[in-house]
Amino acid sequence: MTNQIVKMTVNGEKKEIFAEPRELLIYVLREKLGLTGPHVGCETSHCGACTVEIDGKSVKSCTMFAVQAEGAEITTIEGLGTPDNLHVLQENFKEHHGLQCGYCTPGMITRAHRLLQENPNPTEEDVRFGISGNICRCTGYQNIVKSILSAAAELNAAKEAAQ
Amino acid sequence: MITAAFEYHRPSDIAGALSVLEEHGDDARVIAGGHSLIPMMKLRMAEVPHLIDLQDIADLKGITIEGGMVTIGAMTTQHELINNEALLSATPIIHEAALQIADPQVRYMGTIGGNVANGDPGNDMPGLMQCLDANFTLEGPDGTRSVKAREFYEAAYMTEREDGEILTQITFSAVDAGYAYEKQKRKIGDYATAACAVLITKDGDKIATASIAMTNLSDVPVLSEAAGEALVGTSCDAAAITAAVAAALEDIDPTEDNRGPVEFKMHVAGIIISRAIARAWSRA
Repeated sequence: MTNQIVKMTVNGEKKEIFAEPRELLIYVLREKLGLTGPHVGCETSHCGACTVEIDGKSVKSCTMFAVQAEGAEITTIEGLGTPDNLHVLQENFKEHHGLQCGYCTPGMITRAHRLLQENPNPTEEDVRFGISGNICRCTGYQNIVKSILSAAAELNAAKEAAQ
Repeated sequence: MITAAFEYHRPSDIAGALSVLEEHGDDARVIAGGHSLIPMMKLRMAEVPHLIDLQDIADLKGITIEGGMVTIGAMTTQHELINNEALLSATPIIHEAALQIADPQVRYMGTIGGNVANGDPGNDMPGLMQCLDANFTLEGPDGTRSVKAREFYEAAYMTEREDGEILTQITFSAVDAGYAYEKQKRKIGDYATAACAVLITKDGDKIATASIAMTNLSDVPVLSEAAGEALVGTSCDAAAITAAVAAALEDIDPTEDNRGPVEFKMHVAGIIISRAIARAWSRA
């Protein structure tokens, strides 16, 4: 099958790529756009390492064809913070040891970002339920949950201070 | 994993989708959320030369509740079902069940239409729709028809839907009933080892009606009329629940798989059914 043009907005920038319809979004992001933050873990929609945000939804980008994202706005971990200017979630994962090997971390943080958009003041249970589509094999989740709760508190304090 | 090559279609209305289906026949399939179909395509257990993406069809989306009737567009996602306040108050069992489907990411994509139309015995919505006595609307080249959820499922992945038809919406009456959707699964994201939907209405302190349907305990969802009858007229005492569970277990036919042998599944089913009945009664 022939390539077709797919237009999407990725981390705020308009992109046009050529892709075969059967190309999965994760591979287009990683190999055609050089965004290697989203990882390929299981590639069977179980592990969540490939999680990105698409039009306000957390999506496993291994289970979507890039052509399905035509016209969509996509945010990857690269769109949340930079090494010099970490996102509050990234800062808190660092501070609270919310990772060990780091493989699941981009998916975990991207998912947590969406979760906090929808529920800025989650309980521990909300966080555990909210990240249940993301698997971590190192941490036992304890410090991941701590990192997300701490980021939520920090974001809320900043919001209050601004008011 | 790379799927076989295919041509991608993205019609903007139902007529457009139907015409691609008609043109390509068996070579075409519609995709809703894609979280059952894409994994099958990756494994090359499904080959779909023409993939018809329904995401742009506005007529397939949305939830309306009018005159006690609930209508849900087939492309409504589980996430949208969970977060719809009007649906929560009209039919809270949908909320309770949808929260137990897969995981958050899958619920943003997975749709009620895909869940009921796929015919996978592991899907949760078919049993729930039988419990609610829902109707499915099918649109095809010869027009529109309605099929009861209770008559839709023939065997695993075999349904009343004809090739060339699209399941467009789901309708049912909002019932003021005690409800429960109880599900045993090995881990988040897994299909049910056993699951059960129960709706109970009361007349005074007795059960007036009881609807009991089960998921993943046969190759199709199972509505157990005998289990419901065992509860009617009782005050949901222990003997009545025992009788209802026994009747329900008579109606299922689980098979051994990686979730366990038949004896284990019957055991789990018994516990899940009795919990669902007790919880629905407590809310009736």
